[in-house]
Amino acid sequence: MDAIFLQILNGLDKGAAYALIALGLTLVFGTLGIVNFAHGALFMLGAFCAVTFNKLLLISNKVLDPTVTMFKAYKETPYLEIWFPDIGPTLIDYSVPLSMLLAIPVMLLIGFILERGLIKHFYNRPHAEQILVTFGLAIVMQELIKAIFGANPVPLSAPDVVAGTAAVGDWFGLGENVVYPWWRLIYLSFSGLIIFAVFAFLQFTTYGMVVRAGMRDRETVGLLGINIQKRFTIVFALATMIAGLAGVMYTPILPPDYHMGMNFLVLSFVVVVVGGMGSLGGAVFAGFLLGMVQSFASMTEVKEILPGIDQVIIYLVAVVVLLVLPRGLMGRAGIMDE
Amino acid sequence: MTKDNKFDFSRRGLLKASATTGLIASSPAFFMRNAWAEEFVNNPGNASEIKFGFNVPLTGPYAEEGKDELRAFKLAVKHLNGEGDGGMLNTFKPSMLKGNGVLGKKVGFATGDTRTNTDAARSSAKRMIEKEKVLMISGGSSSGVAVAVQSLCQEQGVVFMAGLTHSNDTTGKDKRRYGFRHFFNAYMSGRALGPVLEKAYGNDRNAYHLTSDYTWGWTQEESMKATTEGFGWNTTAAVRTPVGAGDFSQYITPVLESGADVLVLNHYGGDMVNSLTQAVQFGLRDKQVNGKNFEIVVPLFSRLMATGAGDAVKGIYGTTNWNWKLQDDASLAFVKSFGAEYGAPPSMAAHTCYVQTLLYANACEMAGTFYPPEVIKSLEGFKFNGMGNGATEYRAEDHQCFKDVLVVQGNENPSNQFDLLNVVETTPRSQVEYDPKIFGGELGPYKV
Amino acid sequence: MSNMNVGKMNDLTRFLIFAVAILTMPIWMDPFGGNYPDLLQKFAIYGIFAIGFNILFGLTGYLSFGHAAFLGVGSYAAIWSFKLFTMNVIPALFFSVLFAGVLAFIIGQLSLRRTGIYFSILTLAFAQMFYSLAYSVLTPITNGETGLQLAHSDPRMIDSLFFEAGAGLPSTTLFGLKMSGYSGFYFCAVLLIVGFFVSMRIFRSPFGLMLKGIKSNQNRMMYTGLNTKPYMLTAFVISGMYAGLAGSLLAITDPIAGAERMQWTASGEVVLMTILGGVGTLAGPVIGAGLIKYFENIFSAFNDTVLAEIFSFLPEAMVDYAVTIAGLFVGSGWHLTLGLLFVVVVIFLPGGIVEGAGKLVKLVSKREKSTGGSVTQQDQPGE
Repeated sequence: MDAIFLQILNGLDKGAAYALIALGLTLVFGTLGIVNFAHGALFMLGAFCAVTFNKLLLISNKVLDPTVTMFKAYKETPYLEIWFPDIGPTLIDYSVPLSMLLAIPVMLLIGFILERGLIKHFYNRPHAEQILVTFGLAIVMQELIKAIFGANPVPLSAPDVVAGTAAVGDWFGLGENVVYPWWRLIYLSFSGLIIFAVFAFLQFTTYGMVVRAGMRDRETVGLLGINIQKRFTIVFALATMIAGLAGVMYTPILPPDYHMGMNFLVLSFVVVVVGGMGSLGGAVFAGFLLGMVQSFASMTEVKEILPGIDQVIIYLVAVVVLLVLPRGLMGRAGIMDE
Repeated sequence: MTKDNKFDFSRRGLLKASATTGLIASSPAFFMRNAWAEEFVNNPGNASEIKFGFNVPLTGPYAEEGKDELRAFKLAVKHLNGEGDGGMLNTFKPSMLKGNGVLGKKVGFATGDTRTNTDAARSSAKRMIEKEKVLMISGGSSSGVAVAVQSLCQEQGVVFMAGLTHSNDTTGKDKRRYGFRHFFNAYMSGRALGPVLEKAYGNDRNAYHLTSDYTWGWTQEESMKATTEGFGWNTTAAVRTPVGAGDFSQYITPVLESGADVLVLNHYGGDMVNSLTQAVQFGLRDKQVNGKNFEIVVPLFSRLMATGAGDAVKGIYGTTNWNWKLQDDASLAFVKSFGAEYGAPPSMAAHTCYVQTLLYANACEMAGTFYPPEVIKSLEGFKFNGMGNGATEYRAEDHQCFKDVLVVQGNENPSNQFDLLNVVETTPRSQVEYDPKIFGGELGPYKV
Repeated sequence: MSNMNVGKMNDLTRFLIFAVAILTMPIWMDPFGGNYPDLLQKFAIYGIFAIGFNILFGLTGYLSFGHAAFLGVGSYAAIWSFKLFTMNVIPALFFSVLFAGVLAFIIGQLSLRRTGIYFSILTLAFAQMFYSLAYSVLTPITNGETGLQLAHSDPRMIDSLFFEAGAGLPSTTLFGLKMSGYSGFYFCAVLLIVGFFVSMRIFRSPFGLMLKGIKSNQNRMMYTGLNTKPYMLTAFVISGMYAGLAGSLLAITDPIAGAERMQWTASGEVVLMTILGGVGTLAGPVIGAGLIKYFENIFSAFNDTVLAEIFSFLPEAMVDYAVTIAGLFVGSGWHLTLGLLFVVVVIFLPGGIVEGAGKLVKLVSKREKSTGGSVTQQDQPGE
């Protein structure tokens, strides 16, 4: 029972990560009609906003370690800690959540520049060329990060208050072994919040209404005299920002490295397509579904019956869903059908 | 059909091909220039320079290790040519290296990218053999690549001095006459780590293994199980995880429930960084099970990768092939030379690559020729010292180096940014030795 | 009618130019540093892979993201043929193409029930399952991470009837002609030329025109009462067999088969090759494949020493800067150059290199159009 409860939590947590990445991807798919292979790289850029912010806070006074004579080794003390002994350490401790202050404007700007400078020229080009250009873009972004930060993962930690585990078992009257990291619970809530915000934005604002209309029928909306171009730019920038924020929040769970985006890219495409093209709800639902089945397939009890099932379960579910339901879980006709 | 040697066949293929297309202009220098008794691939003949091929991961997850390996190779070449301070050339015994190149020829090198992918690594190695005419290939940061390139080198008749490769297979079931490994292996890690774990954690423990689901992971798990069960530990479970899983939460939560009090992470590289970070996040290290502190063990530790896990490595036991904090003359000389050149200490991958290059060069000097069968013979059974690992022997039966193994622990209180690991024990060679027959495989012929 | 004749004449010239260009590659690749057997072999092999991929993607518009699975299966089949039967490459080729074809038939049957991106993800999912299993639980068949290789103890049932086993591992041969080095390249090159010819015939055949018709409007084709599925499936299987052939040649020129060959990145590579060169053009995919393989092998091999030699004409003080800046784009930075290449090509040469270059030099004539491109489909009514 406890084990199953924990796997449900794992599934939700994974699902939240998948859903959050898929959300931006499907937004761009649905509204702009762009197959964005750079989406994973944008997620990675977000994570490296957190790294950059952290490195800025940690600009340090370097004291030479006298015991090492053969090369220069330093003991580093951040200036923040020296100059502001009270607040400095706290600031550094909270570097990951605080780095959103950097990530939000930076990612919006990147999204804006990409859309205006490159993506907008590809709205009416074949999907194949969209794939090529966005894939090329992803490689360029990756390599720039590698040139600056190196290829190794960079460790970032959650603030001390939430670095430990929550006694989730106590809350639900389960065993004392049922604990879960605070940060993962925060990630789950954060993801829920963002998903909710995006839905609310699309559902309840006139702005969102136009975007939704654009997702259904771009030409007609354009004919109505609405400046659809401008709205596309904003949607792309928003999607970029969401990917970036997902990246920022994920850093304490997965030390970021320059190719982390590629690992998520394929998965997020599977999530979007299983959810059904053009359906935000489908993407979110599929994210949680795949997160859940992946968690349960990894249980030893399951693996004993079906060895290696955890390696393929996501793809197996994708195949079954797509063969049974022609347009995924909630897809609509006419979007990326051809 | 295998009696004809490579040279004949290549020429025949070429002539045949030329005949069909009427092209002879393209024929490269396959025709013998010298009437040597022993003709072999990329024979330098009277050339004044020879080339080594350094095949390292320049892109992909191990790019940082590849970069460090390349630094070490360049340093080794410098020292062989008599430039710089000589590094371990001064401490290596018995050595015939004089700092005037190898057999009087200046050493040059070619580089390539393995991408930690067997196909790419073999392509890159073939380019170096076919185009750059290298005499020896070295480098690499994974066993998959090492085994693949090693067998290619056997087919091509070029000596392969393996870089970082830890699987038992490299000098076990997939060993080759032309392949040599200085690095230690999974079996040795298990044997060396055992006594330290017993001393630190007692002999009444329940271990839970998380293992990368591929050959290296399996061999690592097997040897850790065998060693720990040998002194009374119980193995609660051994779970296989997909390579590059990223998020390991679904494998970690069952550990909380299992009643195990030790978690053994048979992961390397990115998987190790992620699984260790996440295991600590799940509070495993703050846990008490059966009245004992819960512990985590990482059998293969690399300082370079451990930086990625940050504070999570503190206090964790593992093994390593070499560490820059060793205080013997050879290690000091190497760190000094490397540090002066690049401003940072060498990693264990860099160390093994540097040593391999010197060992090959010395074997050529000993043989008095670059003719591979003779070079191989002088490496087989070669006993040496002064390369940072104490007395070492290249065992003739399987081309595996036997030497002391270092047990390390994550430093609780680092005094600088490189001070991640402490050497806690040097397990003597006798304890990690084994019968070469247990892993099977055969070396194959000297002449190809 | 006259149009047809022009087309035919052009095809013959086109074919001859292609054949000569491929066979003379050792000469004209020499100044570019690409004249060595392994790279030449890779050019030819990946050219075959891309040509086959283009038969599906270029003609039908169905974008498969799992073609690497057929490549991988072809390789495994070839190595098993070497291990079990004989080092002769003919049975290996046969088994590779057969197994890849059968697998393509099964995957095609299922995946072709869907269109567009749903089809792409289905093929991707199948290939990823093959990759994951080959890397882990199928290790007894695939030898997992280290790849399937020949062993001295292999039975080689047919060979053992005729030859004494030598001391070392035997080599792959075509009735005694060793399949490594330049002879290996010419073998691959001949198969590439044959593959090109077959692909050209398919493009020109009624079958090819039918596929193009399906591409431009599947619904309309179905309203005519035509069941399009068998046509699509045939194209998918042919394309899979090309991939199997390429996989077989990889194993023939270098007897090892690793699971990574089936990973999505490998499937993605052939997609990129085809798009880069020009989807639906005849020679485009081969050019795309060659370009990517060239970058992969040559650009990654530059190091500081080589760069310093190249820039040695500069004044002393500038050499270091030049090396540092150039070093970002080669050696460990070769991916950056590749990424920039993709972006630049797609911006300045829409339709890929072949089509884009054609447009650039204002060669927009009818023969260019007839090689493909979605614009021209309406010009071929009534087939």
